[in-house]
Amino acid sequence: MPRRKGAPEVNAGSMADIAFLLLIFFLVTTTIETDAGLDRMLPPMEPPEEDVVIKQKNIFTVNINKNGQLLVEDELMQLTGLRDAAIAFLENGADGTCNYCKGRKDPASSDNPTKAIISLKNDRETKYSTYITVQNELVGAYNDLRDRESQRIFGRDFTDMEAEYLNPETASSVRDDLKDKVKRIQDMFPQKLSEAETTSN
Amino acid sequence: MKISKKTTNRLPAVSTASLPDIVFMLLFFFMTVTTINDNTLLVDNDLPTADQVKELTKKDRIIEIFIGKPAPHLMGVLGTEPKIQLDDRLAQINEVGPYVLSELDKKPDAIRNLVTVSLKVDKNVNVGIVSDIKQELRKVNLLKVNYTTYEGVTKGISQ
Repeated sequence: MPRRKGAPEVNAGSMADIAFLLLIFFLVTTTIETDAGLDRMLPPMEPPEEDVVIKQKNIFTVNINKNGQLLVEDELMQLTGLRDAAIAFLENGADGTCNYCKGRKDPASSDNPTKAIISLKNDRETKYSTYITVQNELVGAYNDLRDRESQRIFGRDFTDMEAEYLNPETASSVRDDLKDKVKRIQDMFPQKLSEAETTSN
Repeated sequence: MKISKKTTNRLPAVSTASLPDIVFMLLFFFMTVTTINDNTLLVDNDLPTADQVKELTKKDRIIEIFIGKPAPHLMGVLGTEPKIQLDDRLAQINEVGPYVLSELDKKPDAIRNLVTVSLKVDKNVNVGIVSDIKQELRKVNLLKVNYTTYEGVTKGISQ
């Protein structure tokens, strides 16, 4: 009588089928999503100790009404012109201390980028998509200026550097190097975007 | 010759023994990258688009707030006014502060001051409710917000 060779082998031929089934399930349910959006800091609730006096010419007012129309520095403006107007305001450099600005040095506009403030006001009835579009344009104005200076000094886009700096996978030695560069550009054009409380009329 | 006769008869079959390994590899890849959306949306959530965005990479540092009109199947009960969704329930404006603080309490100490509030607001909502929420967040001193959007080219203002 021939000897039995232990337990019979389990047929693994259907393993692939099972794995495929699972694979297809995960393929279907997967949504590879990384959320993205516009970062903003809200002003703290307590007012600052002493009142800061800001010259009117250093404020760039943007008003959005409930129909989505823009009033920029008391003039009606189309959305397409907003970014250029904001850039012109930010790098105006009227007091001459800003040696990297390429603005017109108009004495009626902002003194230098560190003093320039963009003030955004909106109506309660404004549509959120309009509001985001305007915010996007204003952030775009800052990014354009920062990119330009970053290209001039480091030969690289600011947004690109910042993204690499914020990416957790970047090596820490590279990050430390980028940190100073990012900080330097941010100090050249600090993002001063104030959002006033909304009005209801 | 005997040998050549044997081998040239037909092509040897390709071994499929490693097929399960390959499939498993793919399976593990998809298992690890999958994020199953854990809260069911009770409100419409069609986000606006923007192109100057920053990515929110770390999921554990985010508190989400959804705002939008009630979903179509709930419209009959809840009407069409925009609602706030926290976690998986609808809430009133005065519940936002306590909710955010309780969420913040669940985070480990080390990352507590890095927490960002992600506002996921439907694009058809009016800004009024959003500024109410921002006001609530200022009251509890959570000042880092992110207006979450889709990445893409912005469409012009519809008049």
